[in-house]
Amino acid sequence: MEKAELIEKVNTLLSEEFEVETDVMTPDANIKQALQLDSLSIVDMVALIENEFGVKIKPAEVSQLTTFGKLYDYIAEHI
Amino acid sequence: MKRVVITGMGIYSCLGNGLDAVRQSLYDGKSGIVFDQARKDMGFRSALTSYLEVPDLKKELSRSQRVYMPEQAKYAYVATAEALKNAGIDQDYLNANEVGLLYGNDSSAEPVFRSITTMLEKKDTTLVGSGGIFQSMNSTVTMNLACIFKLRGINLTVSGACASGSHAIGLGTLLIRNGLQEMVVCGGAQEVNPYAVGSFDGISAFSTREDQPTKASRPFDRDRDGLVPGGGAATVIIESYESAVRRGAPIIAEVIGYGFSSNGDHISVPNVDGPSRSLQMAIKDAGIDIREIGYINAHATSTPVGDRNEAKAIYNVFRDYNVEVTSTKSQTGHEMWMAGASEVIYSTLMMKNGFIAPNINFENPDEDSAKLNIPSKRVSKKFDTFLSNSFGFGGTNSTLIIKNL
Repeated sequence: MEKAELIEKVNTLLSEEFEVETDVMTPDANIKQALQLDSLSIVDMVALIENEFGVKIKPAEVSQLTTFGKLYDYIAEHI
Repeated sequence: MKRVVITGMGIYSCLGNGLDAVRQSLYDGKSGIVFDQARKDMGFRSALTSYLEVPDLKKELSRSQRVYMPEQAKYAYVATAEALKNAGIDQDYLNANEVGLLYGNDSSAEPVFRSITTMLEKKDTTLVGSGGIFQSMNSTVTMNLACIFKLRGINLTVSGACASGSHAIGLGTLLIRNGLQEMVVCGGAQEVNPYAVGSFDGISAFSTREDQPTKASRPFDRDRDGLVPGGGAATVIIESYESAVRRGAPIIAEVIGYGFSSNGDHISVPNVDGPSRSLQMAIKDAGIDIREIGYINAHATSTPVGDRNEAKAIYNVFRDYNVEVTSTKSQTGHEMWMAGASEVIYSTLMMKNGFIAPNINFENPDEDSAKLNIPSKRVSKKFDTFLSNSFGFGGTNSTLIIKNL
């Protein structure tokens, strides 16, 4: 999958699940702030990525994926 | 002891969304029962159920509020929002006062089923999602409503089988009478999905009159062959009379009697003694003569033994006072955890509008129901006091007596 395609797919997925517009999802934007995630709903983001891309984000790594850019890279590396 | 009054009601049921629609359905003797092919495909003996849509609350609630709500919590939210509005209570009032919450709920099977299915298939608990735990717990309705409406008084789920909703109102009444709460949001909620009632179907409790869904629930009728499961949610706002007057609230009725008992007997087969004692306790608690009661809303679910024993219990207590007795379950099916609260609302709507809804499908009495006055057609009647019975598995019984104000 091309990176641009992956980014669009991730953004659409997150937009539908967390009910926010995709224009807040810039590579440098903070995920938790942009998606208004708390400690519970971040679990739903992890499940969403795993279900859609088959990429399991390890618990210790979740807190390091602070921006959308880091998330895109992580998925691209593990897909 | 403080007097306890009802100042708001709200309902989401197979008879309609909201008080106006439900009142009209009661008046028209409409049935809310349908045939559900999905249940047949799952191997149900009976695919009959009440029908209602799960409300879409995207406009009303955020994603983070909705994700913890199973269907019955959504029904309860809609019913509670209507009840609070009708009671003239806004968020400022809820923020400034310690309003309690006692709601009947006794299962949350679908989220449990989905969580376990995910765990078995994926072997990864993260994939269950964050909503699983909060949707699966028996207290899911009260935990969701308390957080959404920011309620700060007692916060407790009442699990008393098919008497849950009735006990919730009764227990709330006791708290207010004793001055421990000024206002309590009471009610009952019931999920409507196959997973919740598969075993109930398996023990042959349901009517198999699948070719005539609207004729299947026929409480007290000689040819009844079982109940039809239903659901939704009903909310009743109760508060002290002083609080209602102080707020200038619309006072609808007064809860004057609460009775309860346990059969101490069989897990599913009701007896006569337990319900009789519940009835008598409620009447004593209300301090009224039975002839002041103008209508009895029976528990009668359309099972052969349950209806027979309730008819005996009512006759034992009321004897030659031949007051009208009906079961609104003839229209709604058995709303189970919700029923005790919804039937208070159904009966109050009738009391405020001068009619008794027909016990539809009551065509021929049996030996015991023949001793009661069970109208199969709508009755125009002004009455100021009614009694509502609710009984449940394990032999739990609850009786409420409500007076018009």
